[in-house]
Order: sequence, then C-alpha cells, then structure tokens
Amino acid sequence: MSALADVTTLREAFGEKIWETLEFRGEHTVRVDLDALHAVLKKCKDDLGYEMILDISSIDHFGDDPRFEMAYEIASLDDSKHLRIKAKVSEDEAVPTATDLWLGADWHEREVWDMMGIPFVGHPNMKRILMWEGYPYFPLRKDFPLAGRPTDMPDVAFTGVAPLEGGPFVTSAGGEDVARREPRAQVVK
Amino acid sequence: MVSSSSNTLHTAYDSKIEGNVIITRVDAAINWMRKNSLWPMPMGLACCAIELMATASSRFDISRFGMEVMRFSPRQADVLIVSGTVTYKMALAVKRVWDQMPEPKWCIAMGACASSGGMYRSYAVLQGIDKLIPVDVYISGCPPRPEALIEGLMKLQSKIEGEHSTMDQKRTFIDEVA
Repeated sequence: MSALADVTTLREAFGEKIWETLEFRGEHTVRVDLDALHAVLKKCKDDLGYEMILDISSIDHFGDDPRFEMAYEIASLDDSKHLRIKAKVSEDEAVPTATDLWLGADWHEREVWDMMGIPFVGHPNMKRILMWEGYPYFPLRKDFPLAGRPTDMPDVAFTGVAPLEGGPFVTSAGGEDVARREPRAQVVK
Repeated sequence: MVSSSSNTLHTAYDSKIEGNVIITRVDAAINWMRKNSLWPMPMGLACCAIELMATASSRFDISRFGMEVMRFSPRQADVLIVSGTVTYKMALAVKRVWDQMPEPKWCIAMGACASSGGMYRSYAVLQGIDKLIPVDVYISGCPPRPEALIEGLMKLQSKIEGEHSTMDQKRTFIDEVA
C-alpha cells in the first residue's frame, strides 16, 4: 500500500468529510472536516498502518474564518509511507485529542495549546509545556508581537519587551520586494 | 626577661624564619588569595556551556590559574559563569542561584546571549543577565572560544587585584561612627 492508495481509501470511507486531497512532490495531504478528524486518524492508525506520529502542528490563518488549522504528520515504519492530515479549527472550537491513538501525541498537543491556544478534548494532561502556567498569552499567534508583551508573576517568572529597532528578523508582510519587506536587508553597493 | 626596645628590633630578626616573611598590605594579601582560588559556579544554559566544559578540560586547563574547582553548589562558589541563553523561565532560577552565593562573589556573562540576549530578540529570552544580576565581566562571542573565557577570568583576576575590601570596610565603619 502506498500513501496514494490510502488517500483513495480515505476518500471512499469518508466521502463528503474529506474536503480535498493534495499531492506535492510525492507528499500527500488530506484536508478533512474537524468532525471527522478523529475518525480519520483512527482509521489511519488501525487499518492503514500509520503507527507513528511524527509531528502535530498548527497554523494561524489570521483574518480568515476558521482561523486555525491543525496538521498531523503520520508515518508507517515498515514501508516509510507518510501522510499529512489537516483540519480547520475556528477560535471557539476544541480539537479531539489523538493521545488515545498515539501516546506520542501528548507533548505535541501540549505544545500546540501552549503556543497557539487551541484546546484539546480528552487530553490526559492539558497544561502548558514551554511557558509557565499562568502566562496569559499564546506567543505563536499572528497577532502576538515578535518583541513580546510585559507580564509579571511574582516568584514564578516575568517577561519584558525585547528591543527590535527595525531588525534583524523583522519583516513586514505585503512589501513589494525583499528590500521593502526587510528594512535592514539592503543591497550593498 | 624583658628586653629593651632597641634589642627588640634585633630579636625580631630570626634566621629560621628569615626569607619566609613577606610584608604587604592586608588588602593585597586578601586579593592575592581570592584571585588565585576562584571557584566557579557553572550556569550552563546553552551552547556556551560546551565551551565552558572545554575550558575546564585538559586541553585548556584553567587549573593553571587556580580556577578549576567547579562547584555545583552556589554556597561553595565565588564566580557565577552565566554561559548561555537566559530564558525568562530560567531567569529567576539564575537569580536565586546568585542570591545563594556567599560574598565576595563575582559574575561573568559569557557570550552574546548572557550579555545582551544575543540573536534572541524574542518574547521568551531575557535581554541580558545584567537586568537581574550585577555583571563584572562580559565576554563577547557566539559562543566564545575557551581562550576568550580564560581571558575573561584573567580580567576578573585583575579586577579583584584592584579591590580594597578592608579599606572600604574601615571607611564605612568610620562613616557609621561619625
């Protein structure tokens, strides 16, 4: 079985719940409805042999609705097939956990919660993994400034605002060329 | 037998201890002892810690300068070497380690991150350990080579040489009495 065959199997099994399937340079992506996400993942694990979770990540499409998107990278060990499952999540929705399928999903989901603020239902230990409990922001969201925001939790931790001064690493989206997007990336004459 | 004062000068001269007596200032003696037995507290937080370990190993050998006694208990250490990126999550722990070190104590900010936040202009990284702890020596580099750390430690030694701890104590005492 190849990933392409699995995509066909998923299409037949879930029909309307599969939004679209994409192929890019041999990588297969299946975009599914959030309602069917857990069922799709379960089928991949139990019937199609994807026994390993490589990564769970999230994307912030700031300004769109639904705002967020989950991305699951799954793989099989025997024949190294690789599949990506994506599902859109709006701001007030929660995602069913995948920890009942892969134990390795535990920390990935905690990271998604910590950085993006997407909650998971049924997770055994839903708390922050990198920032401390009580930190009020989700730093990987697009509306969170790169320099950070000041916070203070006495005896736990505090944060400040980092001086950016126009760069490095500051890009403003929508500029026509690199020089306009990155003010400090000047062409040396 | 009580000797006369003119004799005392001569009896103080003893051929058995002659050559073993050095006359100096108390401050100079204290500084000499302090600078030649710096006990570092390694605060290894990122890749700078690898260079710190290399500095302590046989190739670079900081025991030549009497600095090799790395103590992992802050209560036994003189120099806090902050080697690496200080995240906000770790910042108060570093401060706590510093507060537990007994006086006299010194601090070295090793590398760009510990000195200024380095390339991490970010929500997660403290922009220089000097926002929490007084730093004596900043070492540039990302990470600095062991030679740079050794030079930093030697700079700290020459800084210690110039201290006047008993003189300052005396001055404070006189001020308080007056």
